[in-house]
Amino acid sequence: MTHYLLSVHSVEGQVREPMTDEEMQQSHQQLGILEQDMKSAGAWVVSGRLHEPDTATVVRMADSEVLTTDGPFVESKEHLGGFYIIQAKDLDAALAWATRVTEAIKVPIEVRPFAGFEA
Amino acid sequence: MGDGDAAARLDEAEIGRIFREESGRSLAALIHAFGDIDLAEDAVQEAFAVALRKWPGDGLPPNPGGWITTTARNRALDRLRREARGRELLSQMAVLAPGDDEPGMLQEVGPVPDDRLRLIFTCCHPALATQAQVALTLRLLGGLSTKEVARSFLVAEPTMARRLVRAKHKIKAAKIPYRVPEAHELPNRLRPVLAVVYLVYNAGLTSPAEPDLCGEAIRLARILAALMPDEPEVAGLLALLLLTESRRSSRLRPDGSLVLLREQDRTQWDRALIQEGQTILRRCLRRNQPGPYQLQAAINAVHADAATVEETDWSQILELYDQLLAVAPTPVVALNRAIAIGEIDGPTAALAVVDSLELDNYHPYHATRADLLRRLGQHREATAAYQRAAALAPTKAEQDFLRRGGRASRSPNR
Repeated sequence: MTHYLLSVHSVEGQVREPMTDEEMQQSHQQLGILEQDMKSAGAWVVSGRLHEPDTATVVRMADSEVLTTDGPFVESKEHLGGFYIIQAKDLDAALAWATRVTEAIKVPIEVRPFAGFEA
Repeated sequence: MGDGDAAARLDEAEIGRIFREESGRSLAALIHAFGDIDLAEDAVQEAFAVALRKWPGDGLPPNPGGWITTTARNRALDRLRREARGRELLSQMAVLAPGDDEPGMLQEVGPVPDDRLRLIFTCCHPALATQAQVALTLRLLGGLSTKEVARSFLVAEPTMARRLVRAKHKIKAAKIPYRVPEAHELPNRLRPVLAVVYLVYNAGLTSPAEPDLCGEAIRLARILAALMPDEPEVAGLLALLLLTESRRSSRLRPDGSLVLLREQDRTQWDRALIQEGQTILRRCLRRNQPGPYQLQAAINAVHADAATVEETDWSQILELYDQLLAVAPTPVVALNRAIAIGEIDGPTAALAVVDSLELDNYHPYHATRADLLRRLGQHREATAAYQRAAALAPTKAEQDFLRRGGRASRSPNR
């Protein structure tokens, strides 16, 4: 089994056609079913949604002192919005789960293998 | 490598040729057995070195493919036994495949499912970029060296080597599977496989130097057609390549410029290839699942049927282009369809279609326009279109040819 990160990237300032309440509800429902399916298949490890990048804080070492700064680490237009960590037997199996995620939330999903993973 | 007296009957070039013919199957079998492309490649390479040493003296083994596979498998096992990680891998394999005398054991007698099919679906997995798909296919299934693959696509060898390493690393790290897709996945997964083979053939047409990519593409298409006899588009691709190949020797002038289909010497067309292509095509069309490769092959088959350009059945060609445009609605298909319209309804009708297409950076578009304008007597516009085509043409010979108004240098009038 290989672990994969399925990540949802949000692009700052990119306004998507807002979902209608009905679409939103449908999307939530689909995600709920999907997560259940992942769990019963033994694929789900952990998943989560993140607050906006302006809620982030960075700590770093600067001359052996800890420096704490406001804001995201990279000044980039793209940010991680949420993720799933799954285990799958191969890339095709991981892509099949990713396909279901993108069908539910209509944004691209990046699928990336873990070099090592310990739960 | 080869000793001085190694050149007796089986010289290095001959062994190399046999090896290239057989190595794809051996490599695929070893990748299946050990799940490691690099290990399999090294082992097959070592088997090649052994063949160079032994074959000239011992003669060709009765089953060279089986010999290569067995020799390479033994080399791979030796290596794995020497390494701690390898021994661990071997014990896992023994657990996974209980009952086998030895891990990595491969059957050599009787009908064996061909591992090359799995391998080509791995090489052409949609998670890999097209360039990587082509390079891997030529390297692993075609048995071309990295240097030959690099030369085929006019890239420096280190660049190609990096591309291959990166692709193989991704296969391993992301665990791109080594399996034939299931029926419901096949349409999507077959598309890149066929595209890669077609791309290799077309690369061969534009760069006729060694290695012979056209021959390699046909060899791959034959393997695919044998392994997937129920896929009409696979047979369609093979038929298309054979029919195109039948005209290869008449499509270029000695100066390297292109001879238009209507000006080609049809007695030079290879009748054996035409017949084979048409037979394959008739068989797959009977399944009544036409796709882009079958339709393109059918168009080529109609051309091949005409002994002279005047005898061409243009209405059938137009009908096939209508069907092709429906399944592959690209401006290039529309342009070729317009040429057929020009033959049936005349240049005015064709020009109206051509002018509605957006293909400004495609030199055949301007060459086609130029030809239609010339036929309409609009010489100034025709000259301008020939100039535009010449400016976009990829080779010097083609540029000169178009600058002369699409005429061969020796015949000023047509």
